[in-house]
Amino acid sequence: MIVLLAKRFGGMVLTMLTVSILLFLLFETNIESVATKVLGPYSSDEQRQIWLEKEGYFRPLYIRYFEWLGNVVTGDFGESVRFKVPVGDVMWDRLANTAILGAAAMAVIIPLSLLLGVLAGMREASKLDRTISVLSIATTSVPEFASAVLLSAIFVFWLGILPGTSSMTGGFNLVELILPALVLILYDFGYVTRMTRASMAEVMTTGYIRTAILKGLPYRTVILKHALRNALIAPFTVIMLQFNWLLSGVIVVEFFFAYKGFGALLLEAALNQDIYLVEACAMVAVFVAVATQTIGDVGYTYLNPRIRFN
Amino acid sequence: MTETTATAPRESGAMRALKGIGLLRESGVGMTGAGIILFWLIVAILAPVLAPFPPNATLVPMLAPGGEAPDGGIFLLGTDHIGRDILSRLIWGSRTVLFYGIVATACAYAVGIVMGLAAGYFGGIVDEVISFIANVILSFPVMVLYVIIISVFGASGINIVVAVTFASAPGIMRIVRGLVLDLRNRDYVAAAQTRGEGAWQIMMVEILPNARGPLIVDSCLRMGYVIITIGVLGFLGLGLPPPDPDWGGMINETRTMALIFPHMTVFPCIAISSLVLGFNLLADGLREVSLRD
Repeated sequence: MIVLLAKRFGGMVLTMLTVSILLFLLFETNIESVATKVLGPYSSDEQRQIWLEKEGYFRPLYIRYFEWLGNVVTGDFGESVRFKVPVGDVMWDRLANTAILGAAAMAVIIPLSLLLGVLAGMREASKLDRTISVLSIATTSVPEFASAVLLSAIFVFWLGILPGTSSMTGGFNLVELILPALVLILYDFGYVTRMTRASMAEVMTTGYIRTAILKGLPYRTVILKHALRNALIAPFTVIMLQFNWLLSGVIVVEFFFAYKGFGALLLEAALNQDIYLVEACAMVAVFVAVATQTIGDVGYTYLNPRIRFN
Repeated sequence: MTETTATAPRESGAMRALKGIGLLRESGVGMTGAGIILFWLIVAILAPVLAPFPPNATLVPMLAPGGEAPDGGIFLLGTDHIGRDILSRLIWGSRTVLFYGIVATACAYAVGIVMGLAAGYFGGIVDEVISFIANVILSFPVMVLYVIIISVFGASGINIVVAVTFASAPGIMRIVRGLVLDLRNRDYVAAAQTRGEGAWQIMMVEILPNARGPLIVDSCLRMGYVIITIGVLGFLGLGLPPPDPDWGGMINETRTMALIFPHMTVFPCIAISSLVLGFNLLADGLREVSLRD
């Protein structure tokens, strides 16, 4: 178990290091373009050279990389070109907002998709199973921007009961959180549902479930005591992987609803060539994705007794 | 001699495809999906005939669906903020979406299959290197990857294809690798090795055709996802340059007016969702059918 933990953690660190090298090479190999991005397109060549000299950009690439990496690890990402404040000051607030949005979505996605998945997988090929399967395919087929448009058309334009933007200008407002969360839920729950269904359907074909049914246990007991515990191990990993998808989804949703979150910040930074902010956001996004994936892997081995006691 | 060996498998391939379509008829879900895709394919091919107006012509701005054109035609789905017919733009836009969707998916498959075959067949250090690269790319939230790539290299058709290939090939590689690990110990592979066939010939001729089932299902799902991606990039303003119609771009251009003129954004949304739904339903039908026999 400890060896496995160390291995997973080592893999995570190695992945993060590789990602950091890739990002650094992508953004900071061409120092002329770094200077142009920071000083703006109308800066003179002389200004750029002075700035590059002052910031130590004429040193070899690998020395700059290690210095940059050391700063990143200690939380110093540099200064945002656009906001003129340290990147961390902008980013952590935005990340907290996205965490609220993500938590709201997950709080619905997890129970809903587990319930639907178990109901569908319990009796494979039944009417209920087909209905839930087709429903989850249909909702997953609607891209987030499309469901955002359609839901806004319904709830904002026709019914007029929800606000169309979620900029939270008047402080935190739960009502403004409903539409963005709903879009994320609609797009994501179908996948978790289908994975849960597959896991449940597989468990239902095993010998121990047949034994439990044949020895005359009530169907309820078979499902609740024997099937569920084994069927819910795989969805745990799937749910942890959803954080990766959620980080993709928030870019679209936050952009559409003008929600002041991490995804919108990343997009803005990329479009404005705000180089240090993009680097920081990308590093944080990958870190969240890799960390949740590692938790998923470790949790899976812990939850699965066949591996745990091996 | 060479001609007979070349034509024989092609015929049986066509036969198999026919049999596959026959099997698919048993799945209502799959047939619905195939029907939707066929509909959009026909629309895309017949776009010059079907579109009532030129897609980039500015006629009458901001007309609701059913509005009349000055020369007598009717804007069935209305016009957008600068007066272009939405129906015509939808019809022409289907060409863009299907073209880039198919090209990008095909490129991703070409790269993913080669990576997966090499990783699964050679094993060892080749496998470790390829798998590590794939893991690193897959650790990015996919949209973050797209935004970074497109914002650095610029928005163009080729860059979209490159970005989709870069982001999707690792996932395809993993599937192919898993299939190859299962197939490479079969007798017919050993027979080919004994005959002295080269490694790549064995992979392409002996292994790949036998791995096609799961890959066909996956390619349908992935096609749907690539279409979503192209739409999202257009929607974020990172897609194909204007003015030629593309569904995501149409939504982006009019989304600020969505609450006053919903028809400008709702119809492209329905179009893209239906096309993705078609591919997802087809994938589900194919999987159902392939599990049956």
